[in-house]
Amino acid sequence: MTVLSFLLIWLGLGVFAAASVARAVRYARAPVHLRWELYPVPHEAPERAAHGGSRYEEPEWWAKPPSKNLLGELAYMLPEMLLLAGLRQHNRRLWYRSYPFHLGLYLVAAAGALLGTGAMLDVAGVPLGDRAAHVLTAACDLLGAAGVVLGTGGALALLHARLTDAKLAAYSAPADYFNLALFAGVLPLAGLGFLLEPAPSLLVAARVVRFDTAAPLHPVLASGLALASLTAAYIPLTHMSHFVGKWFTYHNVRWDDGPDGERLRARMAEYLTYRPTWSAPHILADGTRSWRDVAGSNPTRGGER
Amino acid sequence: MSRPTRVSDLSRRDREEVTRIDKAPLAPLPPPLDDPAALPAFSSLSDQARERYDGALDGTIALNLPVPSGPDEERTLVARFLAGLDKLFERENNWMFLEPLVLTMEHCAKCQTCSEACHVFEAAGGEDIYRPTFRAEILRRLYFKHVRTGGLLAAWHHGDITVNWPLVARLAELSYRCNLCRRCAQACPLGADNGLVTHELRKLFSQEMGIAPKELHDNGSMLQLRAGSSTGMTPAVVRDNVEFIDEDIGEKTGLEVKTPWDVEGADVLLVHNAGEIMAWPENPGAFAVILNAAGISWTMSSELAGYDSINYGLWYDDAQFARVAIRHAEAARRLKVKKIVLGECGHAHKALMVVADRVLSGDLDIPRESCLTLFRDIVASGRLKLDPSRNDFPVTLHDPCNVVRLMGVVEPQREILRAICPQFREMAPRGVDNYCCGGGSGFAIMSGHNFRDWRLQVAGRKKVEQVLEAFADCLDPSIPKYICAPCSNCKGQFRDALEYFGLWRDHRILYGGLAELIVNAMTDVKPGFIEWEWH
Ligand code: SF4
Ligand code: SF4
Repeated sequence: MTVLSFLLIWLGLGVFAAASVARAVRYARAPVHLRWELYPVPHEAPERAAHGGSRYEEPEWWAKPPSKNLLGELAYMLPEMLLLAGLRQHNRRLWYRSYPFHLGLYLVAAAGALLGTGAMLDVAGVPLGDRAAHVLTAACDLLGAAGVVLGTGGALALLHARLTDAKLAAYSAPADYFNLALFAGVLPLAGLGFLLEPAPSLLVAARVVRFDTAAPLHPVLASGLALASLTAAYIPLTHMSHFVGKWFTYHNVRWDDGPDGERLRARMAEYLTYRPTWSAPHILADGTRSWRDVAGSNPTRGGER
Repeated sequence: MSRPTRVSDLSRRDREEVTRIDKAPLAPLPPPLDDPAALPAFSSLSDQARERYDGALDGTIALNLPVPSGPDEERTLVARFLAGLDKLFERENNWMFLEPLVLTMEHCAKCQTCSEACHVFEAAGGEDIYRPTFRAEILRRLYFKHVRTGGLLAAWHHGDITVNWPLVARLAELSYRCNLCRRCAQACPLGADNGLVTHELRKLFSQEMGIAPKELHDNGSMLQLRAGSSTGMTPAVVRDNVEFIDEDIGEKTGLEVKTPWDVEGADVLLVHNAGEIMAWPENPGAFAVILNAAGISWTMSSELAGYDSINYGLWYDDAQFARVAIRHAEAARRLKVKKIVLGECGHAHKALMVVADRVLSGDLDIPRESCLTLFRDIVASGRLKLDPSRNDFPVTLHDPCNVVRLMGVVEPQREILRAICPQFREMAPRGVDNYCCGGGSGFAIMSGHNFRDWRLQVAGRKKVEQVLEAFADCLDPSIPKYICAPCSNCKGQFRDALEYFGLWRDHRILYGGLAELIVNAMTDVKPGFIEWEWH
């Protein structure tokens, strides 16, 4: 059981990372779309970002460099990521359920990352002193416990909303219930496992890093970790990968008001050579015409300009 | 309470509507329109129309879809729809919007936060088919089932869907029940864009199946490409009409008004929505007065499409969009102007300044500016002598979605109004959080069957509520009131809504552009440029 659990932990982490990266790469490789931004755009100059203005408000805007207000972006992104500020603003009732859930996951992930880092330092020959190891273990246990309680409570609260709120239920697929139930089951199982496991959590992490299966894990912890790892692998294969997608919806769409650099011009020139196959007669896409030809043609003049 | 409409209802084979919005209780309006019984009746579709056209959805019709001759034609139509669906997700066919579309397809938490942001959904009393997510839910199921060919797993993950002609026909109609205002997208915590879903569905229907409202396609972009303007005005006719406007405005203002045509090397090429020239001549007339008084070197163009900034392709068809955008830029290039200035037309702003930005390269990349910023600069420069007391009546401002939420021109128009209208008051919410007038995405020019009732009673309801709230302290008909709507399509919607709900007749609420308010305040102009008459 311990071997299987360790295998699944590594596999789960690997699939999670690979699938998340693959998804990000797929979006990053998508063709540059036409501009479709939505204001407010927080990287605008502060005096304009406050009311949602763009550089088009400036006289002779084309003669001025575009705004790059990274602080403005950060000031938007941090509350969005850490507090789910958008949901809080637009759907407070759901936020009360969703925020604990997400915060719980953040805390569990933070605890896992800290334990993993401590364990890897140990394996790399930079052992933490007893005192530091003790503090780290205690901090991670605390974070993990808080994460399990918040995450489980949030998942149950969301599940309850989805089951009882007709408007949510009407648009929920079986997977939506399954996903929430999965979190509501896996989180407490893993949490209980750590409670029952006699070895301190940092030691468990070090064993995982070393793949040291000599001392068996408590079966509850072994199954909790195995299931949690499978869940981690499952997340980026679903819409729950919005931690990846959101970066693109914001940076590549909503806030993508960027000026047209040379590279972008070259890509546009390439896209204009694509040959569309849309079938409506007025498109005049006969399989040989490129987008440039289509745009230059006039369907009311037999395709001539 | 009746059962909420489900996605599966759209696949029903009967030819009954899935809901009857003309019979539904709509959201209440504030006084003086707070008695539902006293509101204009929502007329019902004629039996003949229901018999003749397919896509029975909600008791109105935007598309006039012919009923297929039998199962074979139905199968052909469904196959064409599915072919178009594939193309929507292909790089070669839809590089323009592929990334945002796929992101929206793959990232929705089904939290319904966006629904509360939609004025159509709210006005219709929460009718499910108007949820921003409803169209997206259908497209998402189709995407995972037919494009990603996810089989049973896709159904488990995203819900199943039955594709047949009734679904396709109803979905086509449903793609014309959204204003493309993207207020829902602004509210989505994940950045999913259900307004874009509408846009993409319309494209699928137009670009693959040749299905689009005749007002936008045959009498819109096709007419513009044929005659030069979707109003049907040829270059000769438009010059005649503008000459007449110049004379008329000259008499009215006491100034000499002359619109320059085809002046090579002018600083500014001014492009109006040609609908202004036909329906609201005082607006292009006011532009001429302002630009001449400010000493601007400007011209209009009599090139094909160069005198009409309309670009309806923005709402339904990328090929038509590109054709018109390129012609606008070519007109400017030919005249060697320094910049294009767009008149008071919201979608024309967004089309030429934002959406076409990346494809207008080389010598077609001519600076493009909003008339709102140009006016702001003229007013701030002191080049015009303005007397705000001439505008001493209540004025509120409508924010055209295309200019404000979708391109961030928010303050210039307000700076002007604060300077020249002592009784200026804002609507709530406003700016980038505004509500659409209800005429967005082409609806302002669509009135077939009882669609006018739908766009005024449903799509325009929230804006009527906002107007009444903005003027709540001065509804008395002895006080003339002015809605400043610096957008041609929005003005069309206001004209119809104010008339429909009797708000001009009973409360003296008028609408008009921003240029008219500026000229009305000019001390060099005879007083009373704004005539308090219905038009
Ligand atoms: S589009 Fe966004 S706001 Fe609407 S249901 Fe999906 S995730 Fe929620
Ligand atoms: S784009 Fe506007 S009208 Fe369309 S669904 Fe979204 S909020 Fe509603």
